[in-house]
Order: sequence, then C-alpha cells, then structure tokens
Amino acid sequence: MEPIIGQVHSIETFGTVDGPGIRYIVFLKGCPFRCLYCHNPDTWRNAGATAMSVNEIVEDFLRYKKFYDNGGVTISGGEPLMQSRFVEELLESFRALKVHTVIDTAGSVPITESKKCLELASLVLLDIKAPNEEMYRRITSQSMKDTLDTLDYCEKIGKSVWIRHVVVPGLTDSDESINGICDIVAGRKCVERVELLPFHKLGEFKWRELGLDYKLYDTPAPTNLRMAELRAIIDKRCKRL
Amino acid sequence: MKDFVSGKWDHHIDVRDFIVKNYTPYDGDESFLQPPTDRTLKIWEKISDLMKQERDKGGVLDIDTHTISDIDAYDAGYIDKEKEIIVGLQTDAPLKRAVMPFGGLRMIENSLDAYGYEMDERISDVFQYRKTHNDGVFDAYTPAMRAARKSGIITGLPDAYGRGRIIGDYRRVALYGVDFLIEEKKRTKENFNNPSLNEESIRCREEQSDQIRALKKLKALGHSYGFDISAPAKDTKEAFQWLYFGYLAAIKEQNGAAMSLGRTSTFLDIYATRDIEEGRYSEADIQEIVDDFIMKLRVVRFLRTPAYDDLFSGDPNWITESIGGMCSDGRHMVTKMSYRFLHTLTNLGPAPEPNMTVLWSTHLPDNFKKYCAEMSIKTCSIQYESDRLMRKRFGDDYGIACCVSAMVIGKQMQFFGARTNLAKALLYAINGGRDEKSGDQIGPQFLACRGNVLQFDDVMKKYDVILEWLASLYVNTLNVIHYMHDKYCYEKIQMALHDDEIDRTLACGIAGLSVVADSLSAIKYAKVKPIRNEDNLCVDYVIEGDYPKFGNNDSRVDDIAVEVTRRFIEKLKKVPSYRNARHTMSILTITSNVVYGKKTGSTPDGRKAGEPFAPGANPMHGRDMNGCVASMMSVAKLPYEFAEDGISYTFSIVPNALGDSEDARETNLATLLDSYILADGHHINVNVLNREVLIDAMDHPEKYPQLTIRVSGYAVNFIKLTREQQQEVIARTFFDQI
Repeated sequence: MEPIIGQVHSIETFGTVDGPGIRYIVFLKGCPFRCLYCHNPDTWRNAGATAMSVNEIVEDFLRYKKFYDNGGVTISGGEPLMQSRFVEELLESFRALKVHTVIDTAGSVPITESKKCLELASLVLLDIKAPNEEMYRRITSQSMKDTLDTLDYCEKIGKSVWIRHVVVPGLTDSDESINGICDIVAGRKCVERVELLPFHKLGEFKWRELGLDYKLYDTPAPTNLRMAELRAIIDKRCKRL
Repeated sequence: MKDFVSGKWDHHIDVRDFIVKNYTPYDGDESFLQPPTDRTLKIWEKISDLMKQERDKGGVLDIDTHTISDIDAYDAGYIDKEKEIIVGLQTDAPLKRAVMPFGGLRMIENSLDAYGYEMDERISDVFQYRKTHNDGVFDAYTPAMRAARKSGIITGLPDAYGRGRIIGDYRRVALYGVDFLIEEKKRTKENFNNPSLNEESIRCREEQSDQIRALKKLKALGHSYGFDISAPAKDTKEAFQWLYFGYLAAIKEQNGAAMSLGRTSTFLDIYATRDIEEGRYSEADIQEIVDDFIMKLRVVRFLRTPAYDDLFSGDPNWITESIGGMCSDGRHMVTKMSYRFLHTLTNLGPAPEPNMTVLWSTHLPDNFKKYCAEMSIKTCSIQYESDRLMRKRFGDDYGIACCVSAMVIGKQMQFFGARTNLAKALLYAINGGRDEKSGDQIGPQFLACRGNVLQFDDVMKKYDVILEWLASLYVNTLNVIHYMHDKYCYEKIQMALHDDEIDRTLACGIAGLSVVADSLSAIKYAKVKPIRNEDNLCVDYVIEGDYPKFGNNDSRVDDIAVEVTRRFIEKLKKVPSYRNARHTMSILTITSNVVYGKKTGSTPDGRKAGEPFAPGANPMHGRDMNGCVASMMSVAKLPYEFAEDGISYTFSIVPNALGDSEDARETNLATLLDSYILADGHHINVNVLNREVLIDAMDHPEKYPQLTIRVSGYAVNFIKLTREQQQEVIARTFFDQI
C-alpha cells in the first residue's frame, strides 16, 4: 500500500502551550476557515508544504523522545483534520509508542471525517471561534455546525477536551459573547479546561507578506484587565473547570 | 564543639575526603531560606550607590596608581567597618582598582590613560630593571605569530595580561589553616630534590619557594584585618572568612582573565550544619554571612583596557562557583548552602558575579531542580553544566574555571589559550593562505580555489592544510605565552593552594564553528559562487539553492561540525606542548563572537563581512527553524571528548514560550535541562526574558541597574555591554513560537 503523505507546514520541537508538558508540534497545511484574526494565514493553502510520510515524522520525533517524557505530540495546523486519514495513521503510530497525543483543531470538518482521529487522540484542543452561528460565519466564513458536532462527539465518547477561545476586542470580548461560550460548554463532562487566548498582533506581517486583505490592523490586543474580567465569568459559570 | 568525622583528610591535604565524610545532602525545598537582614540591605545599598558612581564615571571609580598590587601591599579596607561580617578588599577602598603590572606594563599604561590617570613614576622605574610577561612573550614571538595575531586568526591571547583560569583550593585555608599548608609545602619541596636536578625540577623548587612566601603573606593579610589564620577555622563565620582571605590574596596578586572561586558551598555547609545544630548560629545568621560574602565577590574589580572590554565586555571576572553535582558514592551534593548561595540572587537581586554554575544531573533532587528553574526564570543568572559528562573525567571534586573549563580542584590547572578563528581559517583555505581583508599572505602559500563554483572536496583538502598549519602555529604561540607567564607572572598563592604535582592542560579554543559548518554545507549541498576583487581575492559569495543549516538536528550538516571539531583537536595534539600539558579544546566565545565577526570577511554561508558569529557553539541567528530542542540536539552532537574544555550553548526564550503558568514554566525548564544533559549536552546558559525589556534597557540603562543576562559562558550586566554587543544579543535567536 502506498504510504499516506501529509502536507506539513513546519515542525516545532519545543511547544509548551498546546497541551501538557513539552510537546513536539506538527503543523499541517490547509484550513477551510478564513478567520479574520488568523495568525497563521500561511497555513491556509497547501502551497509550499513539505511532503512527509507518517514514518518520517515518527522517526524524527523519536530522535528527541526523551524531551517529551512529560509531554508528547501535538498535531496542529492549519486545520489538521483536513488531512484526517494522515492524522489517523500518525495518531495510531504514536499510540503504539504510548506517546501522549493532542489534536489542536477548530472542528472545522464534518464529524464523519474526523471521528476516528478524535477517538485516537489522548486530548482534543477544540477552538470555538464564536458563541453563535451568525458571529461564527462573520469570523470564520463557515458554519459552526461541525465544531458543535465535534464537541458532541467528544462528549459521547468521553474524550478529554480543552476548549480554547480567542478574545478579540470589538468581536468576541463582550460579556455576552463569553457567556455564550459558557452556554455551549456548560454541563459537558468532557470539557476539562477552558482557555481564553488574547488576540495578538504578531501574525499581521504574514497577511502583508501574502498580499491578503487584513481587517484588524486597527484592532488592539485586549488589556490584561479585560482578560481577567472575562476569565472571572468563566470561573464563575464553569466552576468545575 | 563536635568533631568532624575524621579520615585521610586530617593527616594530609584532602579536602574532598573531608567533604564526602561530613556533608549532609538536602532534599527539601527552599522554604527554610531567610530574607536579607536590615544590615545586609544597608550595606548592599551602599555598594549599589558606589556602583552607580562607578558607572557615572565611565566604568572606573578610582585607581591606586602608587602601589604595585600584592597580597600584603595595602592597608585594610572596608565598606562599612562596623557592620561588615566578612572583611577584606582588594585595595584600601571599595571599587578602587589596583595596578598589577607583571602581566604587562603597556596594558596598565593604556588602562590608566583611558581613564585619565597617570602611573606613579616609581612603578614605571621598577620596570626599567624588571621584565614583564608581556615583554618576555614579544621577545620570543616569531614573525608568523605576530602576523597571525595581527590578522586576528588567533585572538584574545593572554600575552599582555594575566592568563587566569586557575582555581586555588581556597577551602584549604579554612580546613587546615595556613601554618599546616606551609609545612606541607616545605615537605613537598623536597620531592623535587633528586640526584640530577633538571630544568623542570629546578623550576619546581623555585615555584615551591615562591608559594611558601605567598602563604606567609596570606597570613600577614589576615593579620592586617585582625585575624590569625595560621590555624584552622573554628566555625562557619571563620570558615567563610578564612576561605575568602585565600581568594582575596589571589585577586590581589593576579589580574587573571578568569578568577574563579571553585566549589565552596557544599564544603561551607558542613560548618553551617554543625553550627546550627549546636545553636551557635541561626539560619538567618548563616544567610547573613553568605550574603555578606557574596557582596564581597560582587565588588571585585580589575584594571583593564577598553580594547579588552570590546572583547570581554561588562567587566567580567568569572568568579565562578560550582554548585550541586553528584558524589561518586551515589549521593547528590546539593546542600542547604547550595540554596543559600542561589538565594543571594533574591536577597541582593540578580547579578553576573559570582558566576553561579549548577552542575546538573538528572539525579539531583526535584525540589532543587525546580528551585533552579525558578531562579533562572527570575534572574537569568545561572548556567548549567553536565555533571554526567564531567564527573566521568574529573571525579566529584572538580570546579568550573571561567565559563566551561572543568578542573579537579587543587590538583589540576590549565594554560588558558583563548581561541582561534576557524571561519577565517576557511577563508584562508579558499584564498590560498591570504587574508581575505588585507590580502596579506598569512598562512602557507598554495593555490587558491579557482573556478566559478566552489567544490567541496577541493575546499576541504585546502582547509585541512590550513588547519594543520594553524594548529601548529597556535600551540607554539601558547607555548611561548605560558613559558613566559610562568617565568614572569607566576600565580604564587593560587598554586600554593594546589598539590605539588599538577595535571596541566593546554586549553585551546575555537570560534566560528557554526559559520564553518554552514559554509561547508552550503558548498556541498548548494552552489556557492565566489566573487573576487581586482586582487583575485574572494571577498563575497553568492549562494544558489538551499542547504542544511546547523541547529536543525540535520546530520548532513551536524556531521560536518563534528568532523571539523575532531580534525582540529587531533591536529593540536600532534604539536608538543609546554610542560607536557594535555591538549584540550573549548567551543566558547564569550562576547568575543562580535569582535571575531568584525575581523572576518564574508563567508560562504551567506554571512556578510563584519557580521557577528554566533556565540560559542550556537547555531547562527535565525537559522534554526525547528525550535530549541532541535537546536540543542545539534549542539549536543558535538562530542565532549573532542572539546573537553567545554562546549557553550546559550539559550534565550521569552517567558510565554516556556509555558502558560509559573508552575509549567519551571517544570518545563527543568525537564528541558534534564533532557539536554541526557542528550549529552555539556553547557547551557538560560535566559528567560522579553526582547522588549532589552530594547528598553538599551535606551534607559538607568532603569535596569541589575538586569543580568547570560552570554556564552558567563553572565553580564546588560547595561555594561557595548551598544554593538547589546544589538547582537537582541538579534540572537529568541525562541518565541506562538
């Protein structure tokens, strides 16, 4: 059988913020979303990708294995589930090696595509971009159905999920918006953590380099104070987390 | 008072035996540590104020131009006579620098001139009749040595200043008292009394006599401060004071490039543990003694020229203290004193001196690992070195001299050899032995590389010829230097605190390894077209296509770096050394990577003429694309056996990239250190800070008097760096993956 080839954007050998411990991060190319605040627009399309087989990645990882004893592998993107067949094989291989795995996804592909991956991963980082369909479309240009399906499926199979949500001033930084996220999360046993990530300006140059039309040049990063206020809402509403 | 557990150590000098029989490993956490007392804070405030005056005056507060420095040359000096616990200054006042002319008079004259002072005629008169180390060296240098020095292919040589990198076993003063040390020296002098006295044994007899005289002066130094140090120290305070007198004598006698302290904390803990047990001192008392001792180390100053500062910026003394490590019997050597020493970074704030060096092992207690990580994140003032690699070679009582040079305390010394510029050597290979900047024929004359594209095999063959030539010239140059240093500027007191039989190494060094590896990789895997000037000299290069770069754990290029390292040490070993010293090599630049870069033309890796090299064994800035673990793995591949004098790696990261909570950052850093050591990495500097802080500090130094960062092998006060070096540090890869 032909080995499945992944379209890889890059490898980061020292990830510390995408899952527990020190992580080997595989950034995959391709994403169906066009989020207004995306900080990696260079991962949207497959152009410029490095083709790598599952074995190549696993072998590369093994050269560093001792660094990841308390961490593991995170498969990120782009939207990694766009290459779900490849990700499945990757997760299976790491599972055989007893390596902790994380998928960092926005749940932007149909659950029929992603099911197997969700089952195989040790932990799912699920980015919920907005609390309702209207805002979701505005930010990502797509529907939120697949994201919700992903969360439902994780709940059904009891898969650990860390919810992430980017706080963008003027877009998602209202109390209502955060309460909306809480409404989605509330009562789901699979959710272990909700992380609020502040919008930042570090990805702007990539839009410029790619000649893309960036809408948020004038949007500032949220203040620490505002982040703390929103965090308090989460802490209050989602006590268990 | 309880007696210490006896052993071999009470019959003859064996400090290690004393430590192993008496020390108490500590597994607990840092909660026992005490804050600074009001007294400590007041003295530190006084010192901080003096340091500010020193900065405001352009870097030098005062110089005693009338006295030739020696162990007993000055009256007692104090910072605050009433309040000080540990006493003794290099001269009669704090931060007043001494004139130490035996290394070289010209260096002193230039330094005095630069700071607006004049030398007392009585001193210059002395040197009408007496030669210095520097005079001797230049009497013997060959034309080839002078040319190599001038072109900068060999730089930073200790031929005009003290060589340093020798650690006296200052603990002996405390454990035995000076009288016993003198008796031992008198006895061992007769080991060099054989039927046919040869040159070496005559030299040794003279040296032993010098050492005995120096020990007598050490006693006099104690007396001048009101202490009789002829007998062993009786309690903790005395142990610190006695040990410090030993060190103080050394820094009064020698202006060595690196004047390291050794491995003192666990030794001193033995006294503290007993005294606390017996109620003589409280924990707060002990910390106060430690704080006072560390303050003394922070005010050590030497008179140096601005040219020296260009090379080793920030007024470094490398008062390196080695902490932790494992004992050969399987116990770790972390004690409460290990914590207390690091705790001074909290009590007194961060500082580059003393150069806190943790001998890291995966077997150190978790509490201590986490504490180190916490202190690194807070202060950027700690470096880590692999106890695993070094213990195998040096046992469990070695210490680090300068940055990365391990040596058995009191039994081993090195002849410091600065470093040679391997990147420039590669350009000599391409240009037929001519210097790429001046066009002068510095190396052996042979056919330069011809054609429009550089051929890997051709370049390698020529590089081999150049390295062979360079190794021979380099070792011979060092032989001249150390012959003369022993003759005119011998380290009497430091060597008095050594055994009579010494293991000597000839510590050679290389700079520009990552430039060489990348250049050769470019020539091999891409197309490198030289651009020649009208003089037919290759002065620039055009690269077509991509090539593997050092720092990405890519064996295609990493193997080249390993091969160059192996070749050069093998060539060095072929050249006989002065006093049969064993050849070793370091991959370390300190801040000189900036000056080396300035003196080197464009290189085939795409680096432009004048641009800095990466520090130490680091990959070139911005070329490591896969994160720091990949970068570390490339560096860790360089075998320690080829570079036993140390392989320096500097790691800078923004706090958020280390983890999303304080706890995660500490755990991740400790895990990273464990893994790096397990991967056979030797040394790592850790900086955790935001680039913006450094940029702000460049423009507003007054806001950051204590901002400390680690640069290849030592820590430095950021605001004391030259602007160029500050920019280089900021440009250096900060791992800031989002």
